[in-house]
Amino acid sequence: MDVRSQIAMVFHLDKCIGCHTCSIACKNIWTDRKGAEYMWWNNVETKPGTGYPSKWEDQEIYKGGWEKRNGKIHLKGAGKRRGLVNIFYNPNLPVIDDYYEPFTYKYLDLIESPEGDDQPTARPVSLITGKPIDIKMGPNWDDDLSGTPDYARQDPNMKNISPEEQEVMFQLEKMAFFYLPRICNHCLNPACVASCPSGAIYKRGEDGIVLINQQVCRAWRMCVTACPYKKSYFNWHTGKSEKCILCYPRIESGLAPACMHSCVGRIRYLGVLLYDASRIEEAASADEKDLVKSQLDIILDPFDEEVIRSAKENGVADSTLHAAQASPIYKFVKQWGLALPLHPEFRTLPMLFYIPPLLPVMATVKKTDTSIEVEKKTPMAKKWNNDWIYDTSTEELWGKLHQIRFPLKYIASLFSAGDEEVIKDVWKKLMAVRIHRRRVTVGDVSNEKAEGTLSDAGITAEMADAIYALTSLPKFEERFVIPAAHREQAIEMMDFTGDTKGSAGFGFKSAVKRGV
Amino acid sequence: MDYLDNFILIALPYIALTVFLVGTIYCYTNRKFQISSLSSEFLEGKRLFYGSVPFHWGIVVVFFGHLTAFLLPKGVLAWNSQPVRLMILEITAFIFAISMLVGLVNLVIRRYTTARLKPVTNYMDLVVYILLIIQTVAGLWIAYNFRWGSSWFSTLLTPYLYSIFKLSPDTTAVALLPWPVKLHIAGAYIIIGLIPFSRLMHMLVYPLNYLWRPYQQVIWNWDRKKVRNRRTPWSLQRPKNN
Repeated sequence: MDVRSQIAMVFHLDKCIGCHTCSIACKNIWTDRKGAEYMWWNNVETKPGTGYPSKWEDQEIYKGGWEKRNGKIHLKGAGKRRGLVNIFYNPNLPVIDDYYEPFTYKYLDLIESPEGDDQPTARPVSLITGKPIDIKMGPNWDDDLSGTPDYARQDPNMKNISPEEQEVMFQLEKMAFFYLPRICNHCLNPACVASCPSGAIYKRGEDGIVLINQQVCRAWRMCVTACPYKKSYFNWHTGKSEKCILCYPRIESGLAPACMHSCVGRIRYLGVLLYDASRIEEAASADEKDLVKSQLDIILDPFDEEVIRSAKENGVADSTLHAAQASPIYKFVKQWGLALPLHPEFRTLPMLFYIPPLLPVMATVKKTDTSIEVEKKTPMAKKWNNDWIYDTSTEELWGKLHQIRFPLKYIASLFSAGDEEVIKDVWKKLMAVRIHRRRVTVGDVSNEKAEGTLSDAGITAEMADAIYALTSLPKFEERFVIPAAHREQAIEMMDFTGDTKGSAGFGFKSAVKRGV
Repeated sequence: MDYLDNFILIALPYIALTVFLVGTIYCYTNRKFQISSLSSEFLEGKRLFYGSVPFHWGIVVVFFGHLTAFLLPKGVLAWNSQPVRLMILEITAFIFAISMLVGLVNLVIRRYTTARLKPVTNYMDLVVYILLIIQTVAGLWIAYNFRWGSSWFSTLLTPYLYSIFKLSPDTTAVALLPWPVKLHIAGAYIIIGLIPFSRLMHMLVYPLNYLWRPYQQVIWNWDRKKVRNRRTPWSLQRPKNN
């Protein structure tokens, strides 16, 4: 057993309101630079949709991730042979038009234009060429299902969904969608690291953050192809690849990453997971249907004596072990089994987990008699002649899992490599928590029914209360359990402190010597 | 002509090699961030194929051809002792040189007719293009007109190049060569001297190391087994990743 610690994340998709605050926080801190304007290390996609870059999930186009051939896993579009042969021209590289051409507007024209018959306008100009352009695409062009025929119907996850089912999905009255915020997954088996010919990309041993050394990157561009999530970006100005750094300077000083800190819906959780590094390859090579299970299997129980002992042997700090025991990620992923990796079939063992959305809450619409309430109202009050109520507490509710508006198959193709049972399990638990809490707070659900759904979902009432508390009421410190980076050691991640000790004090990186 | 000959054949190689050595070592140790293949495939990914691929495979074969004649002159002469083998060698080299020229022309046209590539093009790129075109055309001209280059390179140029490296330049034989050959030699030296100042730097960092390194890389900032041991002296070594 080779126990290592990993900073992992959970995004609760039912809570995401699609406001893009995370993207803006990230953009303002990290990618507001020439060559990086088009990069969104954090982006929020509407699902169904083609995403950013367009159709990134379709590995027939981009050849990202790992594939299993003859029982072993190989990089699909890169690797030692393919990477070095294709080094002069990478046939599977997404180009700027697959993302979008970055643009701004000539705002000064609004102020400085001479007087004339027409209103001055701010024309869009390309941030690459500086010339006026017609904007054809943006980072979230298909937000909220806009342009549905062009975008949502092209979603690669629609592959296995029959045309009839698709029609149902896009009927206006039944239309449903959800948001998928994405950052780098800081995978356990990162394809970007494996594909980098220069060896510039590496995983930090202490916390598992995947970084690109800008001094070593030589723009061979293989990581952009290899990352199946397309979270490694090419900076066309500097000629280097860049990616999400999980705000490691913030994490080292105990702060949540900017995207998570700013999250309005408070959907994001971050904490430590302990895992067995010696079984990574085995987990990534499992059969497709076992991938979710094999990935969860190598995540270790931080309360287990044996695990704690070997973690200590491996140099995992006590503070990190405590953080692992209080980790919201461990609870969501392992204890409660609610969170799943995005596209496990890419075999990179992503360390960002998603709680699939219920989408929309299963309910029936039933007719009621509202005449008594209407009569009680004052003559001035608005009287709704709507007798239909959206009822989430009926008896039929439980039987409706297969009739949900959004095809189960679609969610399964995102979060469980197509295994619908895995999603059903999660959904059952999420519904059981709701029904249980409705019994507690509203009281219109019978005890037998609530107990029945809880036992059917395989959770206890205490567990349901804990899930409810961590989902709806968590404080900042409960959402983000960040282990001490040990500041004194964190500084040494960047610099050797002995260099300037006994020298000229703060501010110099090189030893201070007298002039000649 | 003697002054010019001496400059091209004696002064220029030493200037070029000195600049090359000092410049590349300085860049690699102090300006590492600036070393990059500066790929523009991201901004224009279709026409690049017809430029980059023929150019690079062409120049790789031609370069290693020259290198073989420099390192193994006897081997090349032995190979050339039969006319058929000589023809195979010369024709192969010629075809790859043509491929290089075609690729180069495509690259130049692509770079100067694509609006998006203007912001990532500088004057040094133009200098490199011009030099490479002159060099390639001169090389093809020599190969066509002064046959058979692979043989006389091994008998004439290799001893001269050895004499340069032995610091006792002997130009008696080389000085008699026609001017296109001298142009080709001068071009080669200038290109070598320009490597640290241009995008040519990327050819020195071809990632051969990738062949034998393991796929996954994990960097520990400190020795994780020693760091918890209180008997370990504080900060044994520099962190490895900066």
